[in-house]
Amino acid sequence: MGLVGAFLVLVVIALAARPLGRYMFKVFAGRPAFGDRIARPVEALLWRLGGVDPDEGMTWKQYFKAVLWLNLPMALISYVILRTQTHLPLNPDRQGVIAWPLAFNTAASFVANCNWQAYSGEQTMSYLSQLAALVFLQFTTPATGIAMVVGFIRALGQKTDTLGNFYADYLRALTRVLLPLAFVGSLVLLAAGVPDTFAGAAVVHTLQGTTQVISRGPVAALEAIKQLGTNGGGFFNANSAHPFENPNWLSNVLEIIMMSTLPIALVFTFGHMVDAQREGTSQASLRIGARQANVIFGVTMTVLVACFLIIYGSELGGNPALHSALGVRLAPNMEGHEVRFGQALTALFVNNTTAFTTGAVDTMHDSLTPLAGGTALLLMMLNAVFGGKGVGLLNILMFVVITVFVSGLMVGRTPTLLGKKIESREIRLATVAMLIHPVLILAPTAFALVHRIGTSSLTNPALHGISEVVYAYASAAANNGSAFAGLNANTPFYNVSLGLVILIGRYLSVAAMYALAGSLASKVPAAVTAGTLRTDTWSFGWVYVGVLVIVGALTFFPVLALGPIGEALSMHAGMWF
Amino acid sequence: MHFEGWRAWGPALRMSIVSWLLCGVAVPLLIVFVGEALVPAHAQGSMLRGPSGQVVGSADIGQDWTSPRWFWGRPSATLNPATGKPEPYAANNSGGSNLGPTNSALKAEVQANLQAFLAGNPGVSASQVPLDLLESSGSGLDPDITPASAYIQVPRVARATGLPAATLDALVAGQTHDGLLVRLFGAPFVNVLRLNVALARTEGAP
Amino acid sequence: MHVAALTAKGGDTAAADGSALWRRAVWDSFAKLNPVTLVRNPVMFVVELGTAVTALLSVWPSLFGASPGVGRGYDMAVCIVLLLTVLFANFAEAYAEGRGRAQADALRRTRVQTTARLIGEDGVELGIVPGGSLRRGQTIRVQAGEVIPGDGEIIAGIGSVDESAITGESAPVIRGAGGDFSSVTGGTRLLSDTIDLRITAEPGGSFLDRMIALVEGAERQKTPNEIALNVLLAGLTLIFVVVVVTLEPLAEFLGQPLPVASLTALLVALIPTTIGALLSAIGIAGMDRVLRFRVVAKSGRAVEAAGDVDTLILDKTGTITIGNRMATEFVPARGIAPSEVAHAALWASLGDETPEGRSIVALAQQEGIEAPAAPPSGAQVIAFSAETRRSGLVLPDGTEYSKGAVDAMAGLVEAKGGAMGTDVRQAADAIARAGGTPLAVAEGGRALGVVHLKDIVKAGLAARFDALRAMGIRTIMVTGDNPLTAASIAREAGVDDFVAEAKPEDKMRLIRAEQAQGRLVAMTGDGTNDAPALAQADVGLAMNSGTAAAKEAGNMVDLDSDPSKLIEVVSIGKQLLITRGSITTFSIANDVSKYFAILPAMFSPILPVLGKLNIMHLTSPRSAVMSAIIFNALIIPALIPLAMRGARYKAMGATEMLVRNMMLYGLGGVLLPFAAIKAIDLLLTALHLA
Repeated sequence: MGLVGAFLVLVVIALAARPLGRYMFKVFAGRPAFGDRIARPVEALLWRLGGVDPDEGMTWKQYFKAVLWLNLPMALISYVILRTQTHLPLNPDRQGVIAWPLAFNTAASFVANCNWQAYSGEQTMSYLSQLAALVFLQFTTPATGIAMVVGFIRALGQKTDTLGNFYADYLRALTRVLLPLAFVGSLVLLAAGVPDTFAGAAVVHTLQGTTQVISRGPVAALEAIKQLGTNGGGFFNANSAHPFENPNWLSNVLEIIMMSTLPIALVFTFGHMVDAQREGTSQASLRIGARQANVIFGVTMTVLVACFLIIYGSELGGNPALHSALGVRLAPNMEGHEVRFGQALTALFVNNTTAFTTGAVDTMHDSLTPLAGGTALLLMMLNAVFGGKGVGLLNILMFVVITVFVSGLMVGRTPTLLGKKIESREIRLATVAMLIHPVLILAPTAFALVHRIGTSSLTNPALHGISEVVYAYASAAANNGSAFAGLNANTPFYNVSLGLVILIGRYLSVAAMYALAGSLASKVPAAVTAGTLRTDTWSFGWVYVGVLVIVGALTFFPVLALGPIGEALSMHAGMWF
Repeated sequence: MHFEGWRAWGPALRMSIVSWLLCGVAVPLLIVFVGEALVPAHAQGSMLRGPSGQVVGSADIGQDWTSPRWFWGRPSATLNPATGKPEPYAANNSGGSNLGPTNSALKAEVQANLQAFLAGNPGVSASQVPLDLLESSGSGLDPDITPASAYIQVPRVARATGLPAATLDALVAGQTHDGLLVRLFGAPFVNVLRLNVALARTEGAP
Repeated sequence: MHVAALTAKGGDTAAADGSALWRRAVWDSFAKLNPVTLVRNPVMFVVELGTAVTALLSVWPSLFGASPGVGRGYDMAVCIVLLLTVLFANFAEAYAEGRGRAQADALRRTRVQTTARLIGEDGVELGIVPGGSLRRGQTIRVQAGEVIPGDGEIIAGIGSVDESAITGESAPVIRGAGGDFSSVTGGTRLLSDTIDLRITAEPGGSFLDRMIALVEGAERQKTPNEIALNVLLAGLTLIFVVVVVTLEPLAEFLGQPLPVASLTALLVALIPTTIGALLSAIGIAGMDRVLRFRVVAKSGRAVEAAGDVDTLILDKTGTITIGNRMATEFVPARGIAPSEVAHAALWASLGDETPEGRSIVALAQQEGIEAPAAPPSGAQVIAFSAETRRSGLVLPDGTEYSKGAVDAMAGLVEAKGGAMGTDVRQAADAIARAGGTPLAVAEGGRALGVVHLKDIVKAGLAARFDALRAMGIRTIMVTGDNPLTAASIAREAGVDDFVAEAKPEDKMRLIRAEQAQGRLVAMTGDGTNDAPALAQADVGLAMNSGTAAAKEAGNMVDLDSDPSKLIEVVSIGKQLLITRGSITTFSIANDVSKYFAILPAMFSPILPVLGKLNIMHLTSPRSAVMSAIIFNALIIPALIPLAMRGARYKAMGATEMLVRNMMLYGLGGVLLPFAAIKAIDLLLTALHLA
C-alpha cells in the first residue's frame, strides 16, 4: 500500500513539474504569463525601489558578481540579527546570545541555501531570528539559485554577450514563483494543522500529573518556504519529524511535493528557454531543448526512483543484529521514525530531501539502516539527482558536459552540447567544478577523523562514526543541510569548517560554471546533422547516468566501504561497535 | 557601465533591503496574521482539553506515560535542555537518539526499553512487542503508536483501571486511524493522548 | 628513388627497420623516465612518484613508520610493477615516435646535397650556389637529369619530372610554366628539357623540410581535443589522489593504518594510466596513419577537424567523374545519315587537342570514317573559347565544320542562313537529361546532328557517398555544367546536393553559407583560383599536382592528387578521436574491478566482514593487489596495437556508434579486468607467489 502511495506522490510531482516549468519559462522570458496583471506593477515598483533596470543585460562576470554582491549584505543582515536577538523583539521564550561561530555558520549556511543547523531551533532562535534572519534567506537564496540557472541557460541558446539581468531574474523568482507558492503553501499547511503563532511556549499539566513545556511559534510561516526553497532549515531541532512542523500524513505528502516539484520544473524551464532562443532559426523545429529536458528528466527520475527503492527496501529489512541479539521482531526499522508517516513515505522523504538537497528530515538519518543512510549520502555526493534550486541543474549540466566530451570522442566528433562546442576551456572549467565537490567532502572528513577536535563530537563509534562525519561534509558541500545529527556540530571547529565548506561548495563551483557559461555564450550553435552526437536522445541519457554513477561511485566507494557498506555487512553479521 | 566597480554595490544594497522588508518582515507577518485569523485552533498548536475541561496537552505532541493505567507512547530520547539529562518528551527540546544501527548503545537502549515493557506487561514475550514501542521516535515527541502497540497494552491497562478489556479494545478501535488514505500515504496509528483522554472520559462516566 | 616508409608497399625495408625501431624504442623508454620531461604527462608522473616512494620503502621499510604486516619484498614487488607501468607507457610513445622518425629519415635521405644554377632577370646565368642557400624570390635554371634544388614555380619551359621521392609514384609528370601545373617540389628530379623557376620557399621551409619536421613530431602540437582530454585526465588523477590520501586517516580512525605500498598501488590502479600512457602515442600514430595514406596534414588540428566535417564540397571534374568527357554516340538530325554526322564531327575536331576532341575523332574512326593524322595544310583551326563556346575547322575551300554548345551553334547556323531543327534540340535535351553533354555539329549553315559526350562517374563512388551519409556528412558537387547535366551526374554518383553552372567564386560563397549555419566544411582543390576557398574551408585538401598557392592555402596536401581520399582522411580523423575516447572510457571502467580486487584486500585487516567484497575470491590480499597492478601495467602494451592502428571505425550514426562503443569499451572495460585479474591471481598462486 505504502509503495503505491509513494509512487502516486511521485506521479503528482512529475505531472505538476511540467506546467510549472512552462510557467517559469514564460516568466523569465518576459512573455505573458499567469498573474501578470497583479505582479507586473509590483515588480515595477520593486525595480524602482531597488534601483534596477531589468532590461540592462549583464555579462557572465557581471551576473555572477551581482550574485555575490547581493548575497553578501543579505548574509550580514542575518548575522547581525542573530547576534543581537536578545535586544530585539519577538523573543517570548527569552532565547540567549548566539556565539559568533554559530552565527557565522548559520548565516553562511542559510545564505548558501544549505540550511545546515548546528543549533536546536526551539532552544536557540527567537521568533524574530526565525523570520527576519532565516525565513528572509529561505526566500532570497532559492531565488538567487533560480536566477543563477536561468542566467546559465541563456548561454546555451544563441550566441550572446549577456545572460540577462540578475536582479530582474532574482526578483521575478521571488514575486512570481516563491512568494505566491509559499503563501498558498503556508495556508495549506495551516489547514493541515501546522501552528502559526507569536505566543511563547505553552505549559500544560498532563493527565498523569506532570507538566510539559511545549515550544511553538510561527511555524507555518517558515515551513512552506523551507520546503519550497529546498532550504530545509527547520523551526525545531527535530525538523520535519517534529509534529508541529509536520503533523500528519497530509502535511508530510505536501512537504515532499513542495520540495521536489520546483527543481524538476526547472529542467522543463531549461528546455523551453533553449527552444525559445532558437525560434526562427533553421534548428527551431527540432525542439532540441524540450527533448533534452525530457531525457534529463527521464533518466534522473529513474535514478531517483532506484535510490528510493534501495532506501525503502533497506528500512523494511530492519535491523537483524538487534533481532539476533535481543530476540525482538525482525521488523521495519522504527528507530528515529515517526509512526504517522509510514515506512514508504518516510523513505521517499529521505530520498527526496537528499536528492533535492533540501535537508529537511522527517526521520533521524543517523538511525537509518546502513544502506538507506548510505544511499542518502550517495545522493548528496552525486549532487545531481535533480539537486536543489538552480544549482542542481547546473551540476547536471556540468556532468552532461563531461559526458558529452567523452561520448563525443567515442563517436569521433568534437563534442557539442546543444550545438555549442565543448573544447578545452569548457572541459577545464567543468573539471574544476567536478573536482571541488569530492575535495570538499573528503579532505575535511579526513582531517576531522584524525584529530580530537573532530572525533570528540561523535555520537556513534567506528564505521558509523565515519558516516557521521562524511555525511556532515557531504551535506555541507552539497548545500543540503540534513545531518547524521548524532554529530555535535556546534563546536568552533565544525561551525567554521562546515561554514567554509558550505560557502566554497556554493560559490566556487558556481563561479566555475559561470565562466563556463561565458565561454558557451560566445559560441554559435553548430547545425544538427545526421552525424551530430545528439544529446537529446535516450541513449545519451543512459550514458550520462553511467558516467554520473561511475564517476561518483569511483570517487566515493572507499569511504562508502568504510562507512555504510561496511556497516551493512557488519549489521548482517550481527556485529556491534 | 552600470555594473562595474563600486557602482555595482548600489543595486545590491538596495535590493537586499527591499528583499528583507518583503521576505523577512512583510510576508511572514502576513502569514502569521492570516493563520491566527483563519484557523486559530491550529495556529495555537492544537491544544487538547481533558474531561474536566483543562488543557492537558497538544494533540500533536506526545507525552511521557509511565503509569500502568495509561496507554504508553513510544520511547523518547529527548534531553532536558537545561541539564542535558535524559527527559522523555521534553517538548521544548525535540530530537531522536541518533544512534546508528550497529552502535552497542542502541542495543542497550532497546534492551532497556524491552525490559521495561516486559516488566510492565507480564505475559508478553520479546518477539511480540511491536518495534515502535522499543525504538525511539525521531522527534522524541511522536504522539502516535501503531494499533498493535495499543492492543498489546490492553491487558495491562485493564488490570490497572479495572475496565473490561472489551471496552478498552473498543476505545482503541475508536481511536484507530486506518482509512485508505492513511494506509496509502502514511501508516495506521493511534494518538496516545487522545486515547488516554477517551480512557479518562470512559472512567469518569461509568 | 623510392621512399620505403612513405609507401604502403615498402614491406621489406620496413621489416628490416623493425628491429632497429624496437631497440631504439626500448632505449628511449628509459631515457623518458627523466622526471623533467615526464611531468608533462601528469598521469604517468604520478606513477613515477609512486615508483620512487615504493623504491624508498624497499630500502627503508619503516620510512613512514612501522608498516603493518607487509615486508620489504612486497614493497619491492609493487615498485617493480609500477616501474614497468611507466616503462610501458614510455615505450608506447617512443615506438610511435620511432615510426615517425623512420619516415623522416627516409625522406631526409632524398634531400641529397644539391647545387643551383642562379639566373638573373634577363635569364643570364649568374653562377652556381648551394641548393640549401636559396631564398624565396630567386630564380634558377634546372636542366634535364638534375635534382630540383628547392620548391618553386616554373616561369619558363616545360619538362617531365620524376616526383617519386615525394609521392612514390614512379610515372613522370609534365610540369610547365603557366596554368595549374607549374609548381615543382624540391627533391624531385627533372627528366627532360630545361626549366626556369622562381623559388617559393625560404631555406628550411620547403615542402620536404616541413614534411620531415611533421613526421618526426618536432612540430607536433597537441590538438584541441587532446588538450581537453589531458585536462580531464589530470582532473581525474587529482580526484583519485585526494581519494587515496584521505583514505589513510579513515583507516587510522578505525585503528589500523594502511600499508603505504598498498595505498600507492591503489592510487596507480585508479588513475587513468592506460589512456595516460597511450595518449601521445595515439596522436602520433594518427598523424602517421594519415601520412601512410599519402596525405600530408599540416597539423594534427587539421586531421581532427576532418573528423568533424559536416559538409564535403567536391569538384565534379576529377573527383566525381574521371577528368574527361568522352564521345559515346552520334545522333543525326532528321534526314541526315549517321555517317555524315560522324564525318563532320571528326573534321570539326581535327584541330582540337582536348581529350573531348580526341575522343570524338576516336569514336568516328571506330565507326569507319577515314581521318587524316592532322588538319590539311591551309585549313584554319577555330579554337574553343569561353565566349563562342564552339570550335571547328575551316578548310581551304571554305567548307566549315563546327561543333559546340547547342545554343551557340544555333546562333552560328542561323547567321549562315540555316536553322537548327527542333529534332536536334530534342536530341540534345535528351542527352543533357541523361547526364551527358550534347555538342551540336554543323557543316556551314546546316545542322547535322549531335555528339553525345558523356561524363564517366568513377566506379564505387556511390557506395562511398553512402558511407559518408551514414557518418552524417553531406556531399555537395560543384560543377560548371548546366543544371540538367549536373542533376543527372549527381544522381548517378549519389551526392546529396549539387551546384550547377558554378563560377570559382561560387565555391567560396557556398562554404561561407554552410559555415554560417554552423557546419564544418571540407573541400578539395588544385587551381590557384581554389586557394581562397581552400583557406576558407575548415579542411582544405590541396592536390599535390596543384599550384603552390593551392598547396599553401590548404591545410592538407594529397600526394596522390586523388580528391576522393578526403573520405579516408575524415575516417582517420574520426578514428583518432574514437581511439582516445574509447581507451579513456576503458581505462576508467577498469577501476570498478580494481576496487573489488584491492579494497577488500586492504580493508579486511581492519574489518574482516569487508572481505566479503572480495567477489573474485583472490587468493590473498597481497596477490589481489599485485594482480590488479600487474593487469594495470600489462594492459598498456596490450593496447599499443590498438593505439597504433586506431579503433575500428565503421560508418554509422553517431548515437548508434555511441551505444556500440560504450558496450564494447565501457561495459567491456568493466567486465574484462575481472577475468584478467582473476587469471593473473591464479597464475601467481600457481607460481607460489601469492
